[in-house]
Amino acid sequence: MSGVYSTNQFKSGLKIMLDGDPCSIVENQEVKPGKGQAFNRVKIRNLKTGRMIERTFKSGEKVDGADVVETEMQYLYSDGTFYHFMDPESFEQVQASEEAVGDQKIWLKEQDMCMITLWDNVPILVTPPNFVELTITETDPGVRGDTSGGGSKPATLETGAVVNVPLFVPQGEVIKVDTRSGEYVSRVKK
Amino acid sequence: MTSWQFQSPLVRLQQRAFLLAEIRQFFGERGVMEVATPIISSAANTDQQIEVFATDAIHPDKQQAYLRTSPEFFHKRLLASGSGDIFEIAPVFRRGEVTRLHNPEFTLLEWYRLGFDMSDLMAEMDALFQLLARRFNLLVDKTQLTSYQSLFKDYIEIDPFNVTDSWLNEFCHGHGYRGSNLSRTGALDFIFSILIQPQLVDLDGLLVFHFPIEQAALAQTNPDNPKTCLRFEFLFRGIELANGYQELQDVEQQRKRFENDLKWRQQHHKNALPLDEHLLSALDSGLPACSGVAVGIERLHMCLIQAEDIKEVLGFHALNS
Repeated sequence: MSGVYSTNQFKSGLKIMLDGDPCSIVENQEVKPGKGQAFNRVKIRNLKTGRMIERTFKSGEKVDGADVVETEMQYLYSDGTFYHFMDPESFEQVQASEEAVGDQKIWLKEQDMCMITLWDNVPILVTPPNFVELTITETDPGVRGDTSGGGSKPATLETGAVVNVPLFVPQGEVIKVDTRSGEYVSRVKK
Repeated sequence: MTSWQFQSPLVRLQQRAFLLAEIRQFFGERGVMEVATPIISSAANTDQQIEVFATDAIHPDKQQAYLRTSPEFFHKRLLASGSGDIFEIAPVFRRGEVTRLHNPEFTLLEWYRLGFDMSDLMAEMDALFQLLARRFNLLVDKTQLTSYQSLFKDYIEIDPFNVTDSWLNEFCHGHGYRGSNLSRTGALDFIFSILIQPQLVDLDGLLVFHFPIEQAALAQTNPDNPKTCLRFEFLFRGIELANGYQELQDVEQQRKRFENDLKWRQQHHKNALPLDEHLLSALDSGLPACSGVAVGIERLHMCLIQAEDIKEVLGFHALNS
């Protein structure tokens, strides 16, 4: 259960409710003037938007906890409205809204394991693996034999994502991409 | 390194010994006498925001005794007894303060100067700091002076003496405060420590004076503006190093402030503490006109070697003491 937490229980990873949204504490700093009110200044990630914010509490005050769990699930498919994920052990399925998936939808490949953040058992955030392997479906023909890695060109991937790849990488190739930066990492040898 | 060992490089001990020797020489040259006063007292500091360690009674009629949070009360009893100028390098204790800048047991350098007003003592505070910076080969800019009011006007463009409590609460909420309503003092503390202090990291020495009268503690009211008091702080790169007062001599005002503290503590479900009647009697018999200041030795050491965490200068930190 979520419960109530005092500021002296604050630590990174603790899930609390803030302004109606579930949040996760990233960093907690106590500020205490020699004479005067002590505060807890915390960096918090809003788990619905993924955005980082800074908030300050009076030391010793209480806040509501958020019933949030993170669990690894396999991406199955999208039905156009919802994205469906499955727990590979219990075979239990959940559906995540477009809002919960957000910008990350361009990295979702069927069968890949994603981190699903559930708030009161509803997915609110989907985090794809740090690296995904995707096929290039469209890109300009490369300069054959040029592996010196001079320039780059845009390439559209099977999920719809567009990343910059070196000129020598051809259409149909499978590449490894860092989903955190959206950058090309390497070709994947088959 | 295993936990029984001193957790800092041993050079920290040498630096501290050097620092204390320099301080003793500074005061020796000025004819300020070193004193030692009791660490355990039957009375306590009633400050609203400082938590006292309680221990077994030392007097048969009392329930408990307390570890001092500062040597101030004994110093004033000495001054009223006719000691003349004094200083102490005083171990002090404050419960629950463990942060990058706090340890529950720490050392205060506290000194009192007869006939000094607030400006005189601010100048002496800075002279000591400049001397120590030179001895530690730390290049520092000239110290700047600003009133509490100007500091607020310069950094966040509000006049702390010309805003309502509700406006202050809205302002703090807009700047990330969440929780129960802040008192006026709480809101000003939020603005000072959360919004202003982080902006001061590029500034070397800074003397801030004329704090709001609600934050006077043992300082005199400013005769030119009764909304403020003759209290100052010395900050170095945004870190509070010292707190000083032109000392309140009026026993009735002091008693009222203590009683007000106790009332506040009661309303906020904090433990009741016995007033220091000896201190009040000393004020009643006559405290000579003087100013006094307390400097955190470990913080000073941190600043002089540009350490980030008090653990770097305290090899036996709270967590391995």
